Amino acid sequence: MVTLTAPETAAPEAAAPAESDGGAAPTVVDLADASVRSLNQALHDAVDGQSWTITSPGGKHSLAVGISARVAVTIEGHTGYYAAGMHQKGDVTINGNAGVGLAENIISGRVHVTGDASQSAAATGHGGLVVIDGNAGARCGISMKGVDIVVGGNIGHMSAFMAQAGRLVVCGDAGDALGDSIYEARIYVKGTVASLGADCIEKPLREEHLAELAELLEAAGRTDNPADFKRYGSARNLYHFHVDNSSAY
Amino acid sequence: MCGIAALQLRNPSLHPQMGSLLSSMLCQIVDRGPDSAGLAVYNTPGLVSPGTSTLSLLGADQGIPTTALTAGVSALLAGVLPADAQAAVKVVGDTTLVSAAVGTDLLVKAVTETVPGATIIGRGEHVAVMKSVGHPMEVAADHGLEAMAGSQGLSHTRMATESAVTAGGSHPFSVADDLCLVHNGSFSNHATVRRGLLREGVVFDSENDTEVGARYVASRLKQGDTLEEALVNLGKVLDGFYTLVVTTADSMAVVRDPIACKPAIIAETDDYVAMASEYRALAALPGIDNARIFEPEPGKVYTWSL
Repeated sequence: MVTLTAPETAAPEAAAPAESDGGAAPTVVDLADASVRSLNQALHDAVDGQSWTITSPGGKHSLAVGISARVAVTIEGHTGYYAAGMHQKGDVTINGNAGVGLAENIISGRVHVTGDASQSAAATGHGGLVVIDGNAGARCGISMKGVDIVVGGNIGHMSAFMAQAGRLVVCGDAGDALGDSIYEARIYVKGTVASLGADCIEKPLREEHLAELAELLEAAGRTDNPADFKRYGSARNLYHFHVDNSSAY
Repeated sequence: MCGIAALQLRNPSLHPQMGSLLSSMLCQIVDRGPDSAGLAVYNTPGLVSPGTSTLSLLGADQGIPTTALTAGVSALLAGVLPADAQAAVKVVGDTTLVSAAVGTDLLVKAVTETVPGATIIGRGEHVAVMKSVGHPMEVAADHGLEAMAGSQGLSHTRMATESAVTAGGSHPFSVADDLCLVHNGSFSNHATVRRGLLREGVVFDSENDTEVGARYVASRLKQGDTLEEALVNLGKVLDGFYTLVVTTADSMAVVRDPIACKPAIIAETDDYVAMASEYRALAALPGIDNARIFEPEPGKVYTWSL
């Protein structure tokens, strides 16, 4: 096992100049040798402006979880469960696929997956941006509370279930029961929707929606035309108790 | 939880590595079920041979010496066969393999008459099934998985929910010739389906919910379903959470229930099809960087044939 230290405490020769922005060369961590625990501890100890490259992730779980500084982390390969979970401020790029629970409970910052993400991506996210270039599985954005999610491909069933706030952009198709029991949150889908969940309806795409969609697509590095999307959201019929339903209790 | 790792080798030049590849996959799913495990291997030299039926019996000790078991089976077969059936008994780890040049039905009859308490966990011309309680890597090592060659391999680590942690409750369930089924999840209406199968005359070995799934698939195949049709029908009859892998002499199938809570990921190359509960079990396979990697869609049956 390799014991990792944050770059500011590392030997001076490790901080070689690189990049035109004057930042230090990324600290490279090869998970064929280093443990996930030591990697995550080093990332927790990191300070703003540092960058990291992680190699040989091998589908390991809980990579880059709990980042809370403005660091840039690039993971070269596929990750397992809960990659970049509980994320704040930093910028994580996964050059590969991500397993279950990508960026779960993200607070702020950015998480970008160049491949596919498994189920429950960005679940319960409070803020920040999650970009998935490929497809996302079932339950994408389940219980989202303010996170923005942009998916280049399709999303699976029960996505945005009980969504409370935030925006979900889908450039492909959405699976069954999209936005079931949605409170708020705005959902934009370019392709088809297999079915809408309870209390989720199509809504008009007004100027302010085209504007925010354009911003989200640009932030995700996409060139899709906002006018090609449809907007979905809450019918707000489940907000209040209806006496007609009292017999159900 | 429960862990699954399965491998179908399309390229015969990889057959000698079947056991070592499957072992490397199994190693990564131990966390998902560290108490007991099971293996099924197909066309493994030394365990099965063409033209011969092999029964896999639970346990190394059948209560009588292997010589007595061999003699007993030979004598019974000699009573009904014109030629010598060349019955042989081999103990591998915690498993007893009995083989003879007869059909499986005759061999089952001879074995159960010789050892009335024997639990048959695998049968067929191509498959050997091994199960035990304990750490899955120890189960694999005890049976010598690492050195096994073969065309297909299936492994399962069990986190017991519906019945006790026993070797008999471990997967795979192999209830018809060369048919194996492993399950991650739980069937909620297994007792109802079991009663229906019992009425049809199906006999069960355990109280396990997965055995019901295996018996159901076997029953459908016997009625003429293809493997794909049998699994589509299973989806109509059995309720619950499941990712299933089913193997036959030359095929492998994967299906997830429509809710798809239980994970599955597949890697496909010209050389193999590999399925596992988690990607990390596939990460060390040769050529994985260029494999087509995908999660099976909910409720869709995938099949691959050699």
